Amino acid sequence: MTRDRLGAIAGVAESDLGVVGPDRTSLDLQAQAAKAALEEAGLGLSDVDAVFSAGGEAWSPTMAIAEYLGITPRWSDATNIGGSSFDAHVGHAVTAIRAGRCEVALITYGSTQRSQRSRSLGRTGEIRGPAQFELIWGLPLPVGAYALAATRHMHQYGTTAEQLAEVAVATRAWAALNPKAYYRDPISIGDVLASPIISSPLHLLDCCLVTDGGGAVVVVSEAVAGSLRGKPVWVIGHGEAHTHLTIANMPDLTVTPAALSGPVAMEMAGVTHADLDVVEVYDSFTITVIETLESLGFCAPGEGGEFVSRQRTAPGGDFPLNTNGGGLSYCHPGMYGIFLLIEATRQLRGERGEAQVPGARLALVNGTGGVLSSCATVVLAGD
Amino acid sequence: MTERPLPVPDRDTAPFWEAAREGRLRIQRCLGCGRNVFYPRPVCPHCLSSELGWIDCSGRGSVYSYTVVHRTSEEFRDQVPFTVALVELEEGVRLLARLDVGEPRVGMPVEVAFERVSDELSLPHFKEVD
Ligand SMILES: [Zn+2]
Repeated sequence: MTRDRLGAIAGVAESDLGVVGPDRTSLDLQAQAAKAALEEAGLGLSDVDAVFSAGGEAWSPTMAIAEYLGITPRWSDATNIGGSSFDAHVGHAVTAIRAGRCEVALITYGSTQRSQRSRSLGRTGEIRGPAQFELIWGLPLPVGAYALAATRHMHQYGTTAEQLAEVAVATRAWAALNPKAYYRDPISIGDVLASPIISSPLHLLDCCLVTDGGGAVVVVSEAVAGSLRGKPVWVIGHGEAHTHLTIANMPDLTVTPAALSGPVAMEMAGVTHADLDVVEVYDSFTITVIETLESLGFCAPGEGGEFVSRQRTAPGGDFPLNTNGGGLSYCHPGMYGIFLLIEATRQLRGERGEAQVPGARLALVNGTGGVLSSCATVVLAGD
Repeated sequence: MTERPLPVPDRDTAPFWEAAREGRLRIQRCLGCGRNVFYPRPVCPHCLSSELGWIDCSGRGSVYSYTVVHRTSEEFRDQVPFTVALVELEEGVRLLARLDVGEPRVGMPVEVAFERVSDELSLPHFKEVD
């Protein structure tokens, strides 16, 4: 069928990943990734007329990267809904493109949280506002909130620690095929279960990495895409939603906002679950993946644990998922959602070598931010 | 050792913390739609009414979910392992709190037991109902 082309991803790139060293900055990583993504697209700085960014040190991340790169945008969007922000930015970008307000959108992210040791599990001092009911208990965040979701899912549906571990094991197997991945040695379910408990029931190997890294994605209009040499990846659907900020206010600890954003994106794209060849979802924790697959409707509520069992999502399995090694094993610089887009784009261009999903034509990306607070879903189609 | 984070009562939350100091668990009830509201705020999130009163809770509820914390930020490190739970109160609202029990489980009936941290401040912990 002919699907509406809302815009195209014309270039994607990572910056250096892993541990970049204390002499690097988040802007430096963003610039490195932006240059590579624009060069891949065959575009120059003067072509960029819209900037999208979230996170980093600057109070205005879009003004910071625009000044740094010498861009004067006519559209600027620093929406921050956590790690899913960049997936939401794609939807915002194509909406602005379709409204005729811009033609070439640059989405960037960068973080040096690992080298700066800036990641903290909690907060000290006096807590003001609604956070005073959340941050006073010593619950490590975000892991403790995801642990609460996992406990509830296990209680409600009988999901097991082994099923959670299946996700970490399969994701590591994909990472083994990615030279850029932080951890590439295979792990077993036993390894996951033997790793220390951080916040029960989540073990260390149920948790994403803490790394540095940056990424960039260039989104262009269909007309611009037609003028470029490279193979475009078409944006054909998008949706976003958030249901809460703090974990105590999550309506149902087993259902993520993907239950709202997913159907919107898939209906817009005119695709069914069976049409999708490759799926990239935010894996902040193993439970995130199981709840996301259920919330997106790939299986019924409560069946996520069974769905990922027997390494179904690993290389060679019949449901290729998180094919770059994910936030669990490839990289996780705090806000991971941009890397989902980068991997899905490469899969749809057929560039992933050993990790290539044969004949991949349709991909679904689902970012999750906060404490299962926000989701943004993007459906992409190969040319 | 950095100090543990503590709440700063404000115009919305002061009545909650004043009651807590006296050993009572108090939440808001909307006079517009009759629904209970937690955390405290000046406008009802169900009906936009700004007529919100206060009710004393029974102090009883059940564990909606919990986690046993083994690794956390520095100021709580001397307390691990400890349990943090989402407690669903009989009044229908959910709150995050410490759960002071040996073997927590989802659905466990619990009741509030305030922990005094200073002359001004007591925090709602929960324990198993005997
Ligand atoms: Zn009301």
